[in-house]
Amino acid sequence: MPQAVTLARAQFAFTVAFHIVLPAFSIGLASYLAVLEGLWLRTGRQVYQDLFQYWVKVFALVFGMGVVSGVVMSYEFGTNWSAFADKAGPVVGPLMGYEVLTAFFLEAGFLGIMLFGLKRVGPGLHFLATCVVVLGTLISAFWILAVNSWMQTPQGFRVDAAGRFIPTDWLAVIFNPSFFYRLPHMVLAAYLSVAFFVGAVGAWHLLRDRGNVAARTMFSMAMWMATIVAPLQIVMGDMHGLNTLQYQPVKVAAMEGDWETSRAAPLVLFGWPETEARHTEFELAIPHLGSLILTHDWNGEVKGLEAFPPDQRPPVPVVFWAFRIMVALGFLMAGVGIASLILRRGGRLFHARRLQWLAVAMAPAGFVALLAGWVVTEVGRQPYTVFGHLRTDDSISPVAMPGVAVSLAAFAIVYFIVYGAGFAYLLALVRKPPVPAEPGPYAGVPMRTAGITPGPPAAETLGDAWPVEPRP
Amino acid sequence: MMTLPWLDLPLVWGGLIAFAVLAYVVLDGFDLGTGILFAVERRTEDRAVMMNTIAPVWDGNETWLVLGGGGLFAVFPLAYAVIMPAFYPTIIGMLLALVFRGVAFEFRFRAVTARGRAAWEFAFLAGSTLAAFAQGLTLGGLLQGVRVVGGAYAGGWWDWLTGFTILCGIALVIGYALLGATWLVWRTEGDLQRRCRRHARALGAATLALIVVVSLWTPMLNPTFAHRWFGWPGILLTSPVPVLVVLLAWGFWLGLRHGHHVTPFLCALGWFALCYAGIAISLYPYIIPPGITFRDAAAPPESQAFLLVGAVVLVPIILAYIAYAYYVFRGKVQHGEGYH
Ligand code: HDD
Ligand code: HEM
Ligand code: HEM
Repeated sequence: MPQAVTLARAQFAFTVAFHIVLPAFSIGLASYLAVLEGLWLRTGRQVYQDLFQYWVKVFALVFGMGVVSGVVMSYEFGTNWSAFADKAGPVVGPLMGYEVLTAFFLEAGFLGIMLFGLKRVGPGLHFLATCVVVLGTLISAFWILAVNSWMQTPQGFRVDAAGRFIPTDWLAVIFNPSFFYRLPHMVLAAYLSVAFFVGAVGAWHLLRDRGNVAARTMFSMAMWMATIVAPLQIVMGDMHGLNTLQYQPVKVAAMEGDWETSRAAPLVLFGWPETEARHTEFELAIPHLGSLILTHDWNGEVKGLEAFPPDQRPPVPVVFWAFRIMVALGFLMAGVGIASLILRRGGRLFHARRLQWLAVAMAPAGFVALLAGWVVTEVGRQPYTVFGHLRTDDSISPVAMPGVAVSLAAFAIVYFIVYGAGFAYLLALVRKPPVPAEPGPYAGVPMRTAGITPGPPAAETLGDAWPVEPRP
Repeated sequence: MMTLPWLDLPLVWGGLIAFAVLAYVVLDGFDLGTGILFAVERRTEDRAVMMNTIAPVWDGNETWLVLGGGGLFAVFPLAYAVIMPAFYPTIIGMLLALVFRGVAFEFRFRAVTARGRAAWEFAFLAGSTLAAFAQGLTLGGLLQGVRVVGGAYAGGWWDWLTGFTILCGIALVIGYALLGATWLVWRTEGDLQRRCRRHARALGAATLALIVVVSLWTPMLNPTFAHRWFGWPGILLTSPVPVLVVLLAWGFWLGLRHGHHVTPFLCALGWFALCYAGIAISLYPYIIPPGITFRDAAAPPESQAFLLVGAVVLVPIILAYIAYAYYVFRGKVQHGEGYH
């Protein structure tokens, strides 16, 4: 049923691509909110509380969408990949079971308090609830990346007579060779994605009102993230790539667009990989640099695609291009970080309109890089679901073409309606500038202890004189 | 490698998964029921109050669904691999309905126009109803049996759509609405509460009638079920179930009559627990009748033991902090109050 496989893959890729973006948003934003609330409790400065109230509205929206997209994922393994579920379930299932027990319940249990409970439990416990939600998002990332990394670099199992994967060593399963590269790379990606989104919102409001203190604060915080985390991510990505070279060399060959094995592998900047002709057209390449990056040796040997049988090669152009998109955006982000660092000297950061426009344009940059990264990882793993052991064609459910086609269409329609509307609400939220005494997410809840709240000052008087308030 | 040989792992896990599914049914049951009641409660302010009673807890309630499905995947992978394709349309339908239900909380609140708000309220109503109906279809389909050949689903496209499954779907919609109505009797006051009492009375009668019909129909589907229920010694185990249902009905009506706040809800939960026990009695030892027992479907002991260690430690902790979260949001929810 090659047709059904294609559609099932399209459906899975479609839904998981939506899912990955939303939790990444949640992971990054939860941590950002915890930082803001911590700063508020520590310094008592009103601007931090205002930023917290501003972003927590976005968080509530994104989290709700993330949850429902995740519930879909946990059933789709069975609906679309039941053969995979039956065979790999004994290894993959318990890890996801742990994710539910250690992360999802934790998030869900304390999310209510984080969103609705400030008045009921007070600032101290509320901050604790926020931190617990952050912990939940990170634990969730831990388990799901353990699962995904195991599918890339499986170990710690044997295969029984029925073709099932039987775990023999759980520590080896969880801490598989690519796990410690994938997890930090993913978490940093989530942080960077949110940093660039926050930075874009800050920049947008600075462009319209240079004096808005909350906009200044978020822009500056985001630029610090860009300065520090983007270079870190590049280093992390390089290490991740070396790890992949060791365990999945065919994927690296596809990423690089190298067809022939070579001791002076070039770094292909651009080109058009031709699968039929087994050649990369219009190649713009720097000799030896590929060998240098991948082996950290000028004449290191890099295996090309020809070294692998054709039925073990992934679709080269997709991997090749997705990789370039991710890396280009990574370097662009680091560039923005460096530019912001230079502009900070002499206090030019809040006046640098060109940088701010660039930051606005880069609002989706992190999410695009993140998706591109997943395409490299997942498409590069093809034609396997469990690399080297279980082929995608053998993972599929016995559901016939029409069923998958109808459900794919239903998913597409529903997701475009629902997430389209969610995206519109999100934009509506961030289009409003943050104001002093920012109202909480749910009108009618006095979010702060009564008595010390000044009325919102008129827009013109907003300056650096944002009121500094005592700790509540 | 730890495998806990002294423990009957499949049996323990069967019990735990059954518990997770029951927890899901009663907890999300009143959430979905609250949404279903939007069909008769049309005033915006009342709808806001109704949503507010569940806004802080619905995510936690839905997590039991993830545990039920994820747990099945982990410890009974064969069952997961058969059930999901067999009920492909109802599962996908349920998931899409839950998407609408889940986003409606925030979207309704963020909508700027009255039309937008009404649209998301409708999405909430329709999503809740459809999710409940799809769950009923799935349950009915499981009870009537699934054709399996060589460890994979071998039935047709429309096996899940029969008179019996449709009846189960309707029964679950009505039953969830009852849970929702009694939940609102507990958590609201004034006019809304008074109306919910009335809804509860009608829904209670309907639920009882449907319990009787489904209970009489189920044994006819499969001779094993009939033997279990009416044969000897099965009847020793099964006869208390209807007696308890009647006792709870008595408590339910007294509670409503005397204006109790919590009793009707607890009695409705009791009905659900008893029906669930009845299904378990019918099915045991099958996880997918007529062919697959829970032992056939079990993951290897290495997998079951590994997850069990975590479950034994974590489930009590989870129950504790969930109880705390409910405690934080205790009390009546008022008009115009608080969380949206
Ligand atoms: C903001 C997002 C972001 C940015 C800027 C980068 N990446 Fe990335 N990358 C990801 C987000 C990401 C990701 C989405 O998180 C992936 C997909 C799966 C994973 O583990 O990380 C990923 C995968 C991924 C892989 C695939 C590994 C595998 O599956 O075997 C490699 C080799 C790199 N990255 C390397 C890089 C390099 C050299 C970067 C420097 C410019 C870079 N990434 C920037
Ligand atoms: C395809 C595999 C995946 C499945 C089956 C899955 C499943 C789920 C489910 C069921 C939820 C909702 C939990 C709830 O009810 O609260 C969820 C949320 C979440 N997932 Fe995933 N997930 C997958 C991939 C990922 C990945 C790759 C990440 C990121 C590293 C991730 C991170 C999260 C986080 C942080 C949340 C909670 C925050 C939110 O809901 O927005 N998941 N996931
Ligand atoms: C959440 C982030 C993820 C994204 C964006 C993502 C993306 C993708 C994409 C694009 C494909 C299609 C590959 C192709 O058609 O060539 C795919 C397939 C698949 N992925 Fe992922 N994936 C993610 C996480 C996961 C995780 C955590 C798991 C494992 C638990 C997983 C398991 C699979 C499986 C089983 C398939 C189907 C078989 C296949 O086509 O490879 N994915 N994913």
